[in-house]
Amino acid sequence: MADLSVNFAGIQSPNPFWLASAPPTNSGYQIMKAFDAGWGGAVWKTLGIPVVNVSSRYGAVNYRNSRMVGFNNIELISDRPLSDNLREIEEVKKRFPHHAVIASLMVGPREEWHQIVRDVENAGADGIELNFGCPHGMCERGMGSAVGQEPKVLKTIVEWVKEVSTVPVITKLTPNITDITQPARAAVAGGTDALSLINTIQSLVGVDIDRFVPYPIVDGKSTNGGYCGPAVKPIALNMTKNCAQDPGVKVPISGIGGIENWRDAVEFILLGAGTVQVCTAVMHFGFGIIREMVAGLSGYMDDKGFATIEDFRGKALDHVLTWENLNMKYKVVAEINEEKCIGCQLCYTACEDGAHQAIKLTPGSRVPHIVEENCVGCNLCSLVCPVESCITMERRDDGSEHLTWSERTMAGNVPLTFDDPLAGGLHHSVPSPTEALSTPVPRHYGLSQN
Amino acid sequence: MALYQSPTSESDFERNFQQLKPLMNQTEAHYESARCLFCYDAPCVTACPTSIDIPLFIRQIHADHVAGAAKTIYESNPFGYACGKVCPTEVLCEGACVYNLQQVKPIEIGRLQSYATGAIIHQEQQLFILPPANGMKVAIIGAGPAGLSCACELRMRGFEVVVFEAKDKPSGLTIYGVAPYKITNEEVLDEMTYLEKQFGFQIRYNHRIETREQLAELEQAYEAIFIGIGLGETAPLQIPGEDLENYMGAVEFIEKLRMEHHAVMVPARVVVLGGGNTAMDAASECARMGAESVVLAYRRSPNEMGAYHFEYDLVKGAGVQSLFNAAPVAILGNNGRVTGVKFQKTALENEKLILIPDSDFVVEADWVIRATGQARRTSFLNLIPGLETDAKGRIVWNATTGQTGNPTYFAGGDAANGGKEVVNAAAEGRKAAQHIAQWLLSPS
Repeated sequence: MADLSVNFAGIQSPNPFWLASAPPTNSGYQIMKAFDAGWGGAVWKTLGIPVVNVSSRYGAVNYRNSRMVGFNNIELISDRPLSDNLREIEEVKKRFPHHAVIASLMVGPREEWHQIVRDVENAGADGIELNFGCPHGMCERGMGSAVGQEPKVLKTIVEWVKEVSTVPVITKLTPNITDITQPARAAVAGGTDALSLINTIQSLVGVDIDRFVPYPIVDGKSTNGGYCGPAVKPIALNMTKNCAQDPGVKVPISGIGGIENWRDAVEFILLGAGTVQVCTAVMHFGFGIIREMVAGLSGYMDDKGFATIEDFRGKALDHVLTWENLNMKYKVVAEINEEKCIGCQLCYTACEDGAHQAIKLTPGSRVPHIVEENCVGCNLCSLVCPVESCITMERRDDGSEHLTWSERTMAGNVPLTFDDPLAGGLHHSVPSPTEALSTPVPRHYGLSQN
Repeated sequence: MALYQSPTSESDFERNFQQLKPLMNQTEAHYESARCLFCYDAPCVTACPTSIDIPLFIRQIHADHVAGAAKTIYESNPFGYACGKVCPTEVLCEGACVYNLQQVKPIEIGRLQSYATGAIIHQEQQLFILPPANGMKVAIIGAGPAGLSCACELRMRGFEVVVFEAKDKPSGLTIYGVAPYKITNEEVLDEMTYLEKQFGFQIRYNHRIETREQLAELEQAYEAIFIGIGLGETAPLQIPGEDLENYMGAVEFIEKLRMEHHAVMVPARVVVLGGGNTAMDAASECARMGAESVVLAYRRSPNEMGAYHFEYDLVKGAGVQSLFNAAPVAILGNNGRVTGVKFQKTALENEKLILIPDSDFVVEADWVIRATGQARRTSFLNLIPGLETDAKGRIVWNATTGQTGNPTYFAGGDAANGGKEVVNAAAEGRKAAQHIAQWLLSPS
């Protein structure tokens, strides 16, 4: 049986699943309920300067039959009295001494930072998270992402906190920035013990096309919110990887962004995260999703023979290179399994209209076929195919050759002019433009040639 | 013990004839439409006799453009709502859905189609803008699916259209002949009212065209005439006892049931003769009307039945007993009323059906319903000079253009195809309209 417990920058937790600082951690009531359900830790909804909230506060991106694949909020930090929150932190710690309770903080001047750090430590918080990420509302007042976007300011505030803190300090980063390693390095330079990322992404989640107002609507007007949920996971994974690989970072990372099941968590851990934080999935499905997450992670670790999280943390990092170091001699082409094909022809139209015209219809059959010499091995057909393992990418090189762009550059073997024969597309078969008008399309498309 | 009790009220009737394809609500339509793969050159379109652009209208439903979806449907099939409910989708669009090859439930195309069109009918939304009148007039005989589809298409091309209907309601067999669990009278008539308002054709009800003089008048007053008269009454079997009371044709029984609902008193024991879809409907309907015993008797084996499998499944599900390889040789009676059917067992000999000697047996019954094919209206059709009928009594026509041997006359629907689905009639009516327009506007 795998051991899921973690020591994250000195913070002990029975498992790597934490609730992110957000509405699910607004009160001791919610956090106790979550711990009781099986969550390992919780980052308290950000405490700090007094705020007032508006209604409504949330908007969502629904895609086909899925609700809330993307989620957006304009809620501010905790609007509850600090004293209530401190008392509840104490109560939660008393009842759950081995769970991780992290206080997320956001204030302005140095003295306020010192005071609030002492307050939450006195209440029993196991760690502190600095909210330098909130991209709506708070940033207009010079806090949240306004700090995360200014590495120098960020470093200074981390230093202020470290002047008084006795528990580990986690700096939470905003993704609303060009290079995530810049604020990450600044946080490390300021003395942070760990990083957490990503906070939400500035967004307009959609527009009411009858009222001409984006969502969420506050008395006929809107404002940008912070975007999260499953849709942001790829961005979060990449930024996690960027920080984890950076030699100037080298502190534990708590991964955040679109995590809702054990697989998501494993992916973040493989890219270097030591814990993961979850918000949107809980707002959608409740604390009960932890049952699936713990069981899934534990099962995965047992299957792979990993005794602890550290056994596989960062295991995918060595397999992420810069593009110029990929092997250009590796060659795959698509293959359609005729037995499995159901004849939807989505691969055909995707390749025909969206890629390289390497799939053709077969007269007398609904199963299309691959024109291998046109296939660049892009994967598109296998991605649109609705049947599992029907289109596979088959290797065609024998593995004996290895050549990267960077090796070609060093060897002086790269195209230099616009029409250089060394460029990649020279020998690809591309139909002439007017062939488009004589390629048959279904009658009901109603195009000119019908 | 019968599965159904005799309905004594309209709500009893509705419960016994619960809709097989109930209308979807918005949530169901949203989730179901999400499943459509948007196949390229989609097989569902090919399988639809009216070639509705199904992936497009499903995508429109999903994008919450229900009016657009309804327009896509109506552009190809004016009986869009009715066909969504009454089409044998299992062997047409839904049967062709690629999901079947993956052992995944096919998209419920029929129900999505009725969802989109139903919403527009309910909102009385105007979808089409008619062109100015072109000054030409076309007469249509028969306000069934063929005739009215022809009417809609002609109106879209600027023709004035008058439809002559022998009965007092439009839609032909859609209202008079379809099993009540497939579509309600109200649903049928709502769509017809919508079409009339939308396309502005005139229907003259209770106006049967049956004489040479009437035809001559039409030939005088109209540039072209479309015949969509369907078929006649259920043909007799030519066996003894067919004059008895309580011996009836299936088409006539179904019409009575559709018009009178629970007021029809179906007795305890019914025998239905036949193996086609109409026989299935009649048998299933008698069971749902509370008959204690319904026997479906077919003279050949189950595999040779003309009915669709799912229709036979419905019959079995309603508690009907089946009798195969039994040919009716006489209708038995007492005091002028039916008391039963005398059958003789059959067998196949050299692929020919033969009666086995001395194998007679009797099934007692209070009613006997024959569903053994409808008569042809050849005597009326013979009044049209130049128009010919084939050995099966069908109008001889150019299946592509709908034109008959008399160039002024076009045809479609059961009278021409010998008896198919509503959707076939709708397709033929529309196609004939296109060729009427071509023939009248650019005569070559």
